[in-house]
Amino acid sequence: MRIGFLYSRVRVEEKLLLEALDRRGLSYELIDDRSLVFDVTAGRSGWSYDVVLERCVNQSHALYALKVLNDWGVKTVNRFEVVRDCGDKLFTTSLLAAAGVPQPRTRLALTPDAALQAIEEFGYPVVLKPVVGSWGRLLAKINDREAAEAVIEHKDVLGSYQHGIIYIQEYVEKRGRDIRAFVVGDETIGAIYRESPHWITNTARGGKASNCPVGDDLNRLCVGAAQALGGGVVAVDVFETEDRGYLVNEVNHTMEFRNSIAPTGVDIPGRIVEYAVAVAEGRA
Amino acid sequence: MAKQVECPECGATVELDDDVISGEIVECPDCAVELEVTSVDPLEVELAPEEDEDWGE
Repeated sequence: MRIGFLYSRVRVEEKLLLEALDRRGLSYELIDDRSLVFDVTAGRSGWSYDVVLERCVNQSHALYALKVLNDWGVKTVNRFEVVRDCGDKLFTTSLLAAAGVPQPRTRLALTPDAALQAIEEFGYPVVLKPVVGSWGRLLAKINDREAAEAVIEHKDVLGSYQHGIIYIQEYVEKRGRDIRAFVVGDETIGAIYRESPHWITNTARGGKASNCPVGDDLNRLCVGAAQALGGGVVAVDVFETEDRGYLVNEVNHTMEFRNSIAPTGVDIPGRIVEYAVAVAEGRA
Repeated sequence: MAKQVECPECGATVELDDDVISGEIVECPDCAVELEVTSVDPLEVELAPEEDEDWGE
């Protein structure tokens, strides 16, 4: 079996995945996405891997590389559609809604005026998020109209066209924590609580990780969310609420797990590698 | 002996694992800047690229 390992930089996660491949005696080739050139019109030349495991740090690199590879018939983890739909918060919200997965109420506006009106109808506080972005970047908790006007104007004037797409999510009181659940194939293999005094709980921003037991409800919810987004290996972020139970906040396609192996006791890199082998063998 | 290299930012000595590979990201123990291993033999590091708008999960 030949595995391609597509990466941008070797972070802790990539090293853990490479070690998991080594432990299983699997041969692989490192493919640095920064040196890649695809002869797109020449058709599948080379790339004779049984599966390519994608670990790009740029969502756009993953998106475009996977599009070419999948259209050439190269099996990848994850697939292009999953990276496309997880990589855009509005795509994710729309697909979760279509699948009936519970999530925070969300509105979309395409112009500043429409956005302000939608926010006013929502009521404060409300959260604005860039549709493309990660690690809690550029999230804005808007507490009043003045802030709404200012942030919308800044997004309109300063940002790229994507910032003109105004994604408005209700503010969910998380009481200092949320859940990050790891789904591989059709199973939630583990989950952590991410605790932080700040309203943004990403561990990339200092959120502390502790084990979160995966009961039937959480497992069903997260597998359902993952499958609504095309499945594979994804991390599902979940809010706990008193009145509506679990709400899925977002689904992540190139998941980070360095802080989650110890608290969960789950060999996350090992499970990812085993899933990639299953995809290569047509079992997943 | 662990591999060593000088931090291009602050000049401190940065120790690297023996199994360090090209493309790996390490942090300078003194100034905490992120460094990328651009070559293993000879051992070379550069300041790691800055975070982009579409970086992440």
